[in-house]
Amino acid sequence: MTTIGTTPLQRVLVANRAEIASRVFRTCRSLGIETVAIHSDADAELPYVREADHVVHLPGNAPTDTYLRADLVIDAARRTGADAVHPGYGFLSENAEFARAVIDAGLVWIGPRPESIEAMGSKIGAKQLMRDAGVPLLEAPEQPTEADLPLIVKASAGGGGRGMRIVRSLAELPSEIEKAAAEAVSAFGDGTVFVEPYIERGRHVEVQVVGTRDGVLVLGTRDCSVQRRHQKVVEEAPGPALPSVALEEQLLDAARRAAEAIDYWGAGTVEFLVDSERDRFYFLEMNTRLQVEHPVTEAVFGIDLVEMQLDVAEGHGFSDLVLEEMEKRSEDTSEDRMAARPVGHAIEVRLYAEDPSADYQPQSGVLTTFEIPREDGVRVDAGFETGSEVSTHYDAMLAKVVAHAPTRRAAARKLAGVLSRARIHGLVTNRDLLVAILRDQKFLAGDVSTQFIESSGVVSGLPRSDSELAPQPPRDAAVAAAIALAEQTRARRTVQRGIPVAWRNVTSQPQRTLFEQCTVEWFGGRDGYIVEGLAVVSASPDRVVLETDGVRTSYEVSVPGHDSYDVNVDSPRGHVRLTRVPRFVDPADAVASGSLLAPMPGTVVRVAVETGQTVEAGEPVLVLEAMKMQHTVSAPYAGVVAEINVKTGAQVASGEVLAVVEGVEA
Amino acid sequence: MTNREAMLEKLADLDTEHAKAVAGGGERSVDRHHKRGKLLPRERIELLVDEGSAFLELSPLAGWGSDFTVGASVVTGIGVIEGVECMITANDPTVKGGASNPWTVKKIFRASQIAEENGLPTVSLVESGGADLPTQKEIFIPGGKLFRDITRASARKEPTIALVFGNSTAGGAYVPGMSDYTVMVRGAAKVFLGGPPLVKMATGEESDDESLGGAEMHARTSGLADHLAEDELDAIRIGRRIVARLNWRKRGTSYGQSKGTHHPYDVLEYAEPDEDPDDLLDLIPGDLKEPFDPREVIRRICDGVSETNGVVFDEFKPLYGPSLVTGWARLHGRPLGILANAQGVLFSQEAQKATQFVQLANQTDTPLLFLHNTTGYMVGKEYEQGGIIKHGAMMINAISNSTVPHLSVIMGASYGAGNYGMNGRAFDPRFLFTWPSAKSAVMGPAQLAGVLEIVAQQSAESKGQTFDAEGFKGVKEIVETQIEAQSMPHFLSGMLYDDGVIDPRDTRTVLGICLSVIENKPYAGTDRFGVFRP
Repeated sequence: MTTIGTTPLQRVLVANRAEIASRVFRTCRSLGIETVAIHSDADAELPYVREADHVVHLPGNAPTDTYLRADLVIDAARRTGADAVHPGYGFLSENAEFARAVIDAGLVWIGPRPESIEAMGSKIGAKQLMRDAGVPLLEAPEQPTEADLPLIVKASAGGGGRGMRIVRSLAELPSEIEKAAAEAVSAFGDGTVFVEPYIERGRHVEVQVVGTRDGVLVLGTRDCSVQRRHQKVVEEAPGPALPSVALEEQLLDAARRAAEAIDYWGAGTVEFLVDSERDRFYFLEMNTRLQVEHPVTEAVFGIDLVEMQLDVAEGHGFSDLVLEEMEKRSEDTSEDRMAARPVGHAIEVRLYAEDPSADYQPQSGVLTTFEIPREDGVRVDAGFETGSEVSTHYDAMLAKVVAHAPTRRAAARKLAGVLSRARIHGLVTNRDLLVAILRDQKFLAGDVSTQFIESSGVVSGLPRSDSELAPQPPRDAAVAAAIALAEQTRARRTVQRGIPVAWRNVTSQPQRTLFEQCTVEWFGGRDGYIVEGLAVVSASPDRVVLETDGVRTSYEVSVPGHDSYDVNVDSPRGHVRLTRVPRFVDPADAVASGSLLAPMPGTVVRVAVETGQTVEAGEPVLVLEAMKMQHTVSAPYAGVVAEINVKTGAQVASGEVLAVVEGVEA
Repeated sequence: MTNREAMLEKLADLDTEHAKAVAGGGERSVDRHHKRGKLLPRERIELLVDEGSAFLELSPLAGWGSDFTVGASVVTGIGVIEGVECMITANDPTVKGGASNPWTVKKIFRASQIAEENGLPTVSLVESGGADLPTQKEIFIPGGKLFRDITRASARKEPTIALVFGNSTAGGAYVPGMSDYTVMVRGAAKVFLGGPPLVKMATGEESDDESLGGAEMHARTSGLADHLAEDELDAIRIGRRIVARLNWRKRGTSYGQSKGTHHPYDVLEYAEPDEDPDDLLDLIPGDLKEPFDPREVIRRICDGVSETNGVVFDEFKPLYGPSLVTGWARLHGRPLGILANAQGVLFSQEAQKATQFVQLANQTDTPLLFLHNTTGYMVGKEYEQGGIIKHGAMMINAISNSTVPHLSVIMGASYGAGNYGMNGRAFDPRFLFTWPSAKSAVMGPAQLAGVLEIVAQQSAESKGQTFDAEGFKGVKEIVETQIEAQSMPHFLSGMLYDDGVIDPRDTRTVLGICLSVIENKPYAGTDRFGVFRP
């Protein structure tokens, strides 16, 4: 269906990494287009690099040295003979200068015209445009008063929650603006910030649009209200339980007007804040790129938004898109196709390597197992695989998992089931939080707002990942772990290989398997494993079947490697991670109590104390920066700083001893 | 009562006696010991051996029936440390401070004999107050052998390691003193020839425990301690590291190709028995007068049929001397020749068959297993005239001079010279274990009492007196009861006449461990026997 005047693309470079690079490559492959990947040092082993037909290495790791280097990206395109650049999301995707540079280099830019990016890129400018187009705006008061509180400070160039700060007292406003500006400089290189009212019970609803030379296709709503720290966590299409049908019509119409106002080409998203108490909404911003959550729209409309992007970039018009994309779904006449309706309901969750119980600290390390069950109606867009190393250099999203089902409730259940059966080892993830959200009654009732996570208590119900506060792990899982470990040691024996495990002719005590979280006592011997209250039906180094009250349950047990003390247990009852206590510790290697360990790899930006200084419990000792966020390491109790092992500017690895505080004896 | 019920009752009795050994010096003594941050001997051993490995405790009933606590204030056994089969001895300081009594000494002698015969390294977990002074006359002079054995083991390249957790004074100081490696626990080990009072008496010098024999002093000044351990756990950690660096290789006789550094038999595939070992409880009659077929036992302790083992038991000379079953089998992949009593009595044919079979095993370097259930060699005119003595002597000659490893299990009766011919304790089998159903004596209690009566009657008659049969009845009963009691496994085990009483269902495991342990030292069959009188 090539139209005269269009340019078929031959080779597309994706100026991005991980999940979104793989996502774009997939469509390119299906269209017979060659693919080009760029990668930093840390990303060399990721799957997307392997999937690409051509690969260019950008030395270094910092985004400013790699994925944000427009010159290197364009040079990579030139060297590989790519004829187009797809920016993905984040990085250079909403950088008009880059878009222009791509076009100036004679390449096709798979995105909106640079003018459109600019128009929407400045939030203050964008608001003026929208005001002119008659789109409702969330206006900031010139001189805020107590009555206008709370307010929110946002980075003009920001997105994805970065650089945003909520202000609840007027006195804090100047300092918060200052901090937001500082974060904005570090994150985007642009310190411009603005202030607007903050709606507490708001919903984040957005509309997918695809602009073509012939007009704008509007592809329904998405609800992305469930957020943490202003970062979307759960996204769905269509937006559930909107206050009224009329409101939905108004949203779609406003989105169309917004796109038309800037003569928008390609895929974009118009974001609104919907006041869930009242029938009103405000324009937030327009994202002039493909969004993370685009798969939910694809699922309910049966389309491929990347394919549409490529079509638009090749110069196809609206009618081509409709014919090529929509006829797969609809048997209606072309007029009806224009007003395509979503089929069923799709929910996407963002699976992050982060610890919800520790303030969402990003996690880094090796993903020793990463298996998400593939099922009908489930889509997994992953940037990582078993064995991948997750670094702290970039966003910690491991994958998007999407479920599509006839109803919202069915999609949520399916997705929760898939997530809880997934085997994810090596890193703490937000998986349990996602499952808790998907199974939350309020969520299932469609009662969502941007405050959902904070107000629903789903986080406080989660098991704590830090061992001191963690509840006892389920005993069955711990027993399965202990027995699988015993089977692993049996398998490693060099003598007496056939003798029953822990056989004794004179029994004096149970065998004890020590985990940081709990201790499992068991007996071995002639009759196999004996554990109180549970029958061990079968045991092998990676699989244990236990029986309790006549019910058999199978447990998959894995240990990441010879040098790891982690033990992962997966069963129908969920995933449990245990940490073995080493049987012996050389006193020379023991960590002094009161040692402050680096919670994650990062850079020391400030050391707040000196050796010998007296500190109060909770007093900051030093500050680490990782993932553009600052983490304060505080004294665990009142005492004296006995050691400081790092200096400002030092790079530290996770678990490194940064300082030692000796407690004051009461 | 069924056979099973009778056996389970005996096993419950055995558990009770083992529990006494485990309880050591009793609850108060154990609590006091724990409160000092110290571990019990078996707790130390549990940490010392590899996780999930087996521990074959030896002579747990030592001292049973004596005035001393069951177990004789020491734990001995074979455990696997860093993949190395080691003899482990551990004083029980909760029993009279771990003082050695005559049974302690016998038990340690037996442990060092096993270590020597099988070429094992020895790890001693030392915490002993020295000799039990009231019985010193039975300990002091023979006890020197303890120290002699340690250094002779070292000379045989069987490393000796002492982990000192507490007192190890006077003569006891020579345990670390003679050992190849010593580890002492800071603040706990006390190793000196004479303590402060003795020094004061001998030379007038004022001193204290630490300067005379503390761990720090020995590690930094005297050099007796090779390693200073922070605490008990650290001592055990260091002990394991020492064993890990012994560069230990099992040097035993073997055939076939070795995979890497493993002994070839350790990597052989084999099948578990074709019949359930649990049936052994039903098989052994409560009354030893009833014979049972030892082939049923063999089927329950030896390897089942597998790709590498076409037949469970290849019987040798099945039609000749049928009262003794002989044949070849495998256990945990290891080849084994078996001699097992089938009908109790040994006749000339059985003795001749056994002699030939032992020679065949020596010809092929095959270890032998003796399964006892014998009432002895046949008596009577016909049998004496048929040469039962010279044939029995041939059998005893063969087993005495055989140099392949021997294992004995006393399943039932082991009476008279039958005990000798079947490789009883005096014939130094590498290991000898007893089932709770066993009995062993010069003859059965009733027979012995009856013999006494006949002798007494003849004696009376020769003196022209009238034999008071009624009056002798009481004597007969007392003798019968006494002999019965002294024939029982606990009593014999208490005397160190076996290496332990075991659950019949564990026989395969115990023998499997023994056969693996045997491979630590080379062995070869002999072609030199005493002069046979065929």
